Amino acid sequence: MLLIKNGRVIDPGNRIDEVLDIFIREGKIIRMAKNIDPERIKIHFGAFEVIDASGKIIAPGLIDIHTHLREPGQEGKETIATGCQAAAAGGFTAIACMPNTDPVNDNKIVTCYIVNKAIQEGCVRVYPIGAITRGLKGEQLADIGELKEAGVVALSDDGEPVMNSEIMRRALEYVKSFNLLIISHCEDKNLSQNGVMHEGWVSTRLGLPGIPAAAEEVMVARDLILAKMTSSPIHIAHVSTAGSVELIRQAKTEGIRVTCEATPHHFTLTDEAVTSFNPNTKTNPPLRSLKDREAIKEGLKDGTIDVIATDHAPHESSAKEGDYLSAPNGIIGLETGVSLTLNELVHKKILSINEAIAKLSTNPARILGIKGGLLKEGDEADITIIDLDREFIVKPETFKSKARNTPFSNYKLKGRAIMTIVRGEIVWKDEEFYGGK
Amino acid sequence: MMRLKSKNLLSIEELTPEEILLILDTAKSIKEGSFFIEKKEPYPLKGKIIINLFYEPSTRTRTSFEIAGKRLGGEIINFDFSTSSISKGETLKDTMLNLQAMNPDIMVIRHPVSGVVNFIAEKVSASVINAGDGAHEHPTQALLDLFTIREIFGNIKGIKIAIIGDISHSRVARSNIWGLKKMGASVKIAGPPTLIPPQIEKLGVEVFYNVDAAIEDVDVIMCLRLQRERQSQNLIPSLREFSRFFGINQERLKKTKDKVVIMHPGPINRGVEINSEVAEGKNSIILKQVSNGVVVRMAIFYLLALRRQNVTY
Repeated sequence: MLLIKNGRVIDPGNRIDEVLDIFIREGKIIRMAKNIDPERIKIHFGAFEVIDASGKIIAPGLIDIHTHLREPGQEGKETIATGCQAAAAGGFTAIACMPNTDPVNDNKIVTCYIVNKAIQEGCVRVYPIGAITRGLKGEQLADIGELKEAGVVALSDDGEPVMNSEIMRRALEYVKSFNLLIISHCEDKNLSQNGVMHEGWVSTRLGLPGIPAAAEEVMVARDLILAKMTSSPIHIAHVSTAGSVELIRQAKTEGIRVTCEATPHHFTLTDEAVTSFNPNTKTNPPLRSLKDREAIKEGLKDGTIDVIATDHAPHESSAKEGDYLSAPNGIIGLETGVSLTLNELVHKKILSINEAIAKLSTNPARILGIKGGLLKEGDEADITIIDLDREFIVKPETFKSKARNTPFSNYKLKGRAIMTIVRGEIVWKDEEFYGGK
Repeated sequence: MMRLKSKNLLSIEELTPEEILLILDTAKSIKEGSFFIEKKEPYPLKGKIIINLFYEPSTRTRTSFEIAGKRLGGEIINFDFSTSSISKGETLKDTMLNLQAMNPDIMVIRHPVSGVVNFIAEKVSASVINAGDGAHEHPTQALLDLFTIREIFGNIKGIKIAIIGDISHSRVARSNIWGLKKMGASVKIAGPPTLIPPQIEKLGVEVFYNVDAAIEDVDVIMCLRLQRERQSQNLIPSLREFSRFFGINQERLKKTKDKVVIMHPGPINRGVEINSEVAEGKNSIILKQVSNGVVVRMAIFYLLALRRQNVTY
């Protein structure tokens, strides 16, 4: 049993923003009200834990809809257990994991494996995303109905975009029978070629092969047209260019059912970061130009971009310590994503804290159609407590994730999640604040 | 006396005009001989260990470094790619840590990927000289080109130069553009748009898609090697077409200044970016570039060794 006292409860979905106490028992929010009297609880239920959340923010559990957990198959990079611990430490109570495991999550057996493993070893909720096509090959649809039965919450060929427009069309049509969302990693592989960074002034200077913004934008345009044609919803993953933001903004005004996400690294960094030749800046889509980064922030501000997702992509350190060309793509984000959102967007007045929570919890839950994203009496208690003023220095060696591939090492950030509660259980707490309680 | 700021020579981008001038002046005194009269020590690299580490095939550059080092009394070790541990799967980081443990004084490194030389330079205490990294930079080539231009024209400021061909994939072009602009030259580049990288004009160059327009009033034409694989990448339709519209031949030279100087970093593809009459003609200074390469690299070795005397480890 837990009583969280005097926190500023922000639940954008229910339009709540006031100081309230929350009493949790047997995993559920029993009461959410002003000045709950601890003595009365004690009389009825006996001993319980009190958390003083004065000055802190109580949010519905944060949800990261774009992570890579690497299990099954690449447990050297991350496992479901360590990925969940990283999520908890970063303030996430639920994560959705992409299907590019080994074997690929393109069938119910792999889905069941992930679901069961997460129940046994995961400290946060894990929602598997299934493949659109068998083996992520873009040739033949996966058994989508069975994937849904086994527990996938969306479909994506993340990283291996469906290049064949006919297959994308059929996928968008077929999922309607199962009410599943398609998440599209928009990249024309012919245009991106062997590129390793954004094509522009910096790639010209460094002599590294570039990926033009158009590689993303032509596929965003295609997917928007197919979404319109099929009347199916589509979610665009990790939007990285000004052109993509504008295409999606237009599509929304036309009533096309599109939602999208941006990552903390794309709204924080630009391609200038690559001048260090640090392979930890290598990711796909690549870090873009200043103009693109500003357009991402504008899209977050005006609501074009619905969700902040980390695209947590763990790799072994050895793979990220060599040359830029052969390093794999990916940046880990579970343990920095919330703090980067607070530091870069909330403290810099791009988003209010309420808008930030909407993009980290309310909208992800609504878009995937999963539980959570709201704080309501009777619901399971998934809660994230945030301290907006907490300052810290990013130290990758302290991460719960197995991986260390972050370009934010030694960044000084302001604001972080200080407690993560899943089904009423504290799965992570910042010892500096809650040690000894 | 002025010294180089960094322990390494990684790029022209990071050099100041004063440092470039210091290297060119030192090379000049070596070439003219005054260097050996003024210095007390005739072999300033005596007892110094230099490792030549070439991850890409090279004849000219590696030999040039080797001769330069030997002329100054240094001990050169050539790291043979085919018999090294790299071919046994050792990672770059481990190779570096092992070489560092043997404590060489100078490492000359060429690598096919941009930035790897910077990566290594951070990890070793030796002075690192970039002998070409990917399409990023080839600073010693640019310095020897600057030296050669200065030798012919007496200065670099105000000289008009056109760099022709595959700019996108050329580290020689990038280093030369940085160096020429820093020293006050006016630079044009020309080639098919598929071989010109985006926003290159930010480096202060004028971009032409037509070679004749670019070369009509220049003092120097610098040709670049065209890799044959550009055709299979669909960046040019064919070598023949490239040669016809973007190659330097006698016909094209008729429309330029009579005394225009032809440069090429080598190795040349005869009949592709340059034809044989031009390469061997009266305007060509290609072999002069090669001999100047040795003195410029001697100057760089000397200046880096000089700087190391003040560094304690």
